Amino acid sequence: MKLMKILVVDDERDIQMLFEQRFRRELRAGTVELAFAFSGEEALSYLSDHHHEAVLILSDINMPGMSGLELLNLIKQRYENPPPVVMMITAYGDAENYNKAMELGADDFLTKPLDFNILKEKLKLD
Amino acid sequence: MQLSAILLIIIIVQIRKHLSQNDLLPDLQALLKKGIVVVAVLFALTNIDPIQEVVRVIIDALLLLSIYIVYKREELKAYRNIMYAYIPFIILSVIKHLTTWLPESWEDEIETYVDAATAFGIIWLVAMLIIANKQNKALKSEQEKRQEEEKMKQLAEEKKAELEVLVAERTREILIQKEELQQAVEHLKATQDQLIQAEKMASLGELTAGIAHEIQNPLNFVNNFSEVNLELAEELKEDLDKMELKEDDRTHLITLVNNIRQNQDKINYHGKRADSIVKGMLQHSRKGTGQKEPVDLNEMVDEYVRLSYHGLRAKDKNFNTSIDLKLDPAITKVQVLPQDMGRALLNIINNAFYAVNEKKNEGIEGYMPTLRVTTRMIDLGRKWIYITIRDNGNGIPDNVKDKIFQPFFTTKPTGKGTGLGLSLSYDIITQGHGGQLKMSSKEGEYTEFVIKLPYS
Repeated sequence: MKLMKILVVDDERDIQMLFEQRFRRELRAGTVELAFAFSGEEALSYLSDHHHEAVLILSDINMPGMSGLELLNLIKQRYENPPPVVMMITAYGDAENYNKAMELGADDFLTKPLDFNILKEKLKLD
Repeated sequence: MQLSAILLIIIIVQIRKHLSQNDLLPDLQALLKKGIVVVAVLFALTNIDPIQEVVRVIIDALLLLSIYIVYKREELKAYRNIMYAYIPFIILSVIKHLTTWLPESWEDEIETYVDAATAFGIIWLVAMLIIANKQNKALKSEQEKRQEEEKMKQLAEEKKAELEVLVAERTREILIQKEELQQAVEHLKATQDQLIQAEKMASLGELTAGIAHEIQNPLNFVNNFSEVNLELAEELKEDLDKMELKEDDRTHLITLVNNIRQNQDKINYHGKRADSIVKGMLQHSRKGTGQKEPVDLNEMVDEYVRLSYHGLRAKDKNFNTSIDLKLDPAITKVQVLPQDMGRALLNIINNAFYAVNEKKNEGIEGYMPTLRVTTRMIDLGRKWIYITIRDNGNGIPDNVKDKIFQPFFTTKPTGKGTGLGLSLSYDIITQGHGGQLKMSSKEGEYTEFVIKLPYS
């Protein structure tokens, strides 16, 4: 199976432990590789370091500093070929946020509490 | 001789005039009227020789009588000053007449004095008449003045009366205005209360939405970690099965793992519960989503009454209520957010059914649970739709009436209501549809919700 690289962007550090545990089987099997960024800025610097790799990005929206929507906008502008897949994951699943994310080119929109079964389905890992 | 007669006529005429002017002694007036005729006859007889002397005596006697009457009767007091002018002349002419009966020699002598006195008497008469005339004029002008004053006074009275009417009218107007103003103030106060209430609801709604969103972040961890833990516990159990252990230790460990799994299960269950509460709260802030559609409101009300009724019947077979639906055929299609309006109706109707069921369970004799739902279209310049939902349940106590639209306020026992139903309905009707939601209730008798929606 092809290796999938996922960059998780969220200001809450516990998110790393959560993802590592929920993807423990995939990590063990080596089908998924996880990277973490705890702010939008961190995510951008990760991407510029790894710009040759195809990365799937899961980003929170409400973060101090650069918001998830700003990050989404920058990614979609900078990396056109091929544009990386960006999924937004937020506790603020209201229509305004959703419409804005879609307008900026988000590939998907998930709400917290996150259902990992749905996420995995979307990532076509199961 | 003739002079005496003329004077007598003048006196009679003057007395009569005086009496008639002042409306005095009508008997004397009538007598005097006849008297004029008598004197006129006497005047005509003065030149007829044989009775000349008799006429003269009568005229003199009448003149003296007139003096007597004028000074005797109080009613003629005002005439006395004129009479005063005549007296010397009368007395002198009487004396003159009397002298004719005296012997010739005396007559001549006395006549000289009498003539001189008569001249004085005439001067006296003229002078006194002038004075009397003057006095009369003064009296007259005084009277006129008094009359004028009287007239002015009367005019003033009239003006005063007019003014009083005006003042009364104005007072009445002011009173009416005052009452109108008072009503307006009361109206404003009520509106202000409503505004404050609406503002409270709105800020509570915003706060609720904010809290709800933020709670989802920790809930994300609680729910997901607990799920992972369930999986890990399962894996641990599987690993334990593969291990070689003493049976006692295995049993102990498996018991521990099972306990951990059970606890995680509970954590997950309650996390999910919290999640569903939060989702309910978030429906408050679901603004601007969905499109308004023309909906047959009567049909909708009917549908949701039945939906609610059958929903409750499914849970409680004993549940039974008489339903009285009165739907105004004037209402046709109304622009609403169908899902939201349905939810609002359902919440209110469910509460009504709940209330009558509670009262029925108290076992009050002769109690007939009844739900009355009416729709009405009322034209108040702008057309409005009123949906009234009234139950004859136990009502809402006065001390909680202010709170029933607040989020998380519930009178139901724990677990039976989230306290979000009515606050959500309130938001949907007021913010979502520009309407109003009002409640009135009497404890032990009824609760009535009135939804007022613009009909456009």
